[in-house]
Amino acid sequence: MGIYLLRRLYQAILVLLVVSGIVFVILHISGDPLALLMPQDAPPSDIEEMRRSLGLDKPLIVQYGLFLKNAAQGNLGVSYHHGQPALRLVLERLPASLELVVTTILISLILAVPIGVLAASRRGTTVDRASLLGSLIGISAPPFWIGIVFILIFSVELQWLPSSGRGTWAHLILPAGSLALYRLALFIRLIRAGMLDIMTMDFIRTARSKGVSEQKVIYKHALKNTLIPFVTIAGMQMGSLLAGAIVTEKVFAWPGMGRLFLEAIGVMDFPVIIAWALVTSTIFLTVNLAVDIIYVWLDPRIRHEK
Amino acid sequence: MSAETAPRTMNHLTEASYAPPKARFWGCEYIPVERQLLHSFLSNKLVLGALGMLFFLLACAIFAYWVAPVDPLEQTLRARLKPPIWDERGMSPYYLGTDRLGRDVLSNIIYGLRISLLVGFISVGISLVMGLTLGLTAGYKRGFWETIIMRAVDVQLSLPLIMIALCFMVIFGQGLGKMIIVLAITGWAEYARTVRGTVLSIREKEYVESAHALGFGPWTIMIKYLLINAITPVLILSSVQVPRVIMLEATLSFLGLGVPVTTPSIGLAIARGYQVLFSGSWWASIFPGLALMLLVACINIFADWLRDALEPRSREQV
Repeated sequence: MGIYLLRRLYQAILVLLVVSGIVFVILHISGDPLALLMPQDAPPSDIEEMRRSLGLDKPLIVQYGLFLKNAAQGNLGVSYHHGQPALRLVLERLPASLELVVTTILISLILAVPIGVLAASRRGTTVDRASLLGSLIGISAPPFWIGIVFILIFSVELQWLPSSGRGTWAHLILPAGSLALYRLALFIRLIRAGMLDIMTMDFIRTARSKGVSEQKVIYKHALKNTLIPFVTIAGMQMGSLLAGAIVTEKVFAWPGMGRLFLEAIGVMDFPVIIAWALVTSTIFLTVNLAVDIIYVWLDPRIRHEK
Repeated sequence: MSAETAPRTMNHLTEASYAPPKARFWGCEYIPVERQLLHSFLSNKLVLGALGMLFFLLACAIFAYWVAPVDPLEQTLRARLKPPIWDERGMSPYYLGTDRLGRDVLSNIIYGLRISLLVGFISVGISLVMGLTLGLTAGYKRGFWETIIMRAVDVQLSLPLIMIALCFMVIFGQGLGKMIIVLAITGWAEYARTVRGTVLSIREKEYVESAHALGFGPWTIMIKYLLINAITPVLILSSVQVPRVIMLEATLSFLGLGVPVTTPSIGLAIARGYQVLFSGSWWASIFPGLALMLLVACINIFADWLRDALEPRSREQV
């Protein structure tokens, strides 16, 4: 188990190295940073001086080493547009994004588990059919469009909830709700399929033949075993939501990392773009690693493996 | 004759007396066979309907020039923000209304679906060929080549898809061709992993070894023996990949990072509609989204059915 986790950790670090490498190359094919940093009429000697002081005259591989060293110290460069450290700008926006992502996952989980169980335990009934149809719509509708539909219904027509900004719980409902719809649909399908799969297994028949009540078979035996592999998927969704929330952040003017990223693209603010990519992938990898650990801890078959 | 009927009667009797005990689902009785058949029939009807709809949308997209009422990019200043035809303020050729610059929503949807389908099928096709070749050779040759490819697959699959696509679009800039390539790059890894897995599971089988012994070359073995077995998983993967890519295209275009603004695209149409949402012009954003949802739902229904039909015992992986 320890070796397994070490291998995963090693893999996560490898991914971050590759991402930083790609990002670094991007930085260098996207143009001479000095052209952006120096005034246009600066004398060539000043430019050379600046190039030397920034270490840009060294070979690319040395520069990459310097970049890695700086990155390890949390220095990802200064935003061209805001004049502040890029990493700090991104991290300032992180709580807003996390708030949205965590709420979304909670909404989807709280609703998906009972619906999925109900659909699986009443297979073929109207309840099941309705949940399948609903989840089909959920996974087929683009989340940003759902956001627009929500704004139209709840903000423009009914005027119940605000359509943009962040602050109160009321601000959170529409963006999180529209983001949650896709995950909710996905989770319902996965839980339903997992339950149906588990219900055919021998240990369920054993439990039933022992005279365990159907309620207990469903919730104690079947659901528990369905949820173990489901942890992985829910965790990965949480990581990818952080990147996927960009569109929703745009639609609802939510002041998260994604909006910062979109603004940075508009003004070609490369340090911020790089910082966003690195922060997002770090969080994604950390969440996945945590999910792996939880999975190992939950599944005794892996836990007791040597 | 009696010898023929007797065993049949016997059979019938034994079958009846040794019928398997009825399974029970949480309070509900085991679903009888005729209900199952009915259910399967109904779901097949759904699949048939979805397939019919898909062909209809495909035909509209292919013959967009003749189907669309007007040119999607034509701006008619006297027909700006016209509501759909059933509204009393609606105007005749603009059945689903117009946007802020007087462009017809319906024509934009039809041409936009064309772009969606084009991007979806071509980029999935490219990533299929890429992933198939790399996965096949990785699983067959093993060694260093396999390590490199599988490491690349690991790296790519451990990052959010949309993040990779966004970063590449930022570097390359807008453009239809660029987007097709970027989406193809984001999709190859899953193909490579699937194909390699299949190849590894069958490369030690006797009939593959006999092909070796018969002196077939590596490419013959890879294509005639290994690739054939990978067709089913690749088909299932593609049916999930196409709607995913179509959705990603719409998302990127909505963000202004996909196709250029002069291209009629669903994502761009929704983005334009979003700008006029608060002035009450709901049709400019709602209808394009509905059309996209219809297209993706039809493909998803087909994909579900395909997976069930080809791999009945498989766990549903959405």
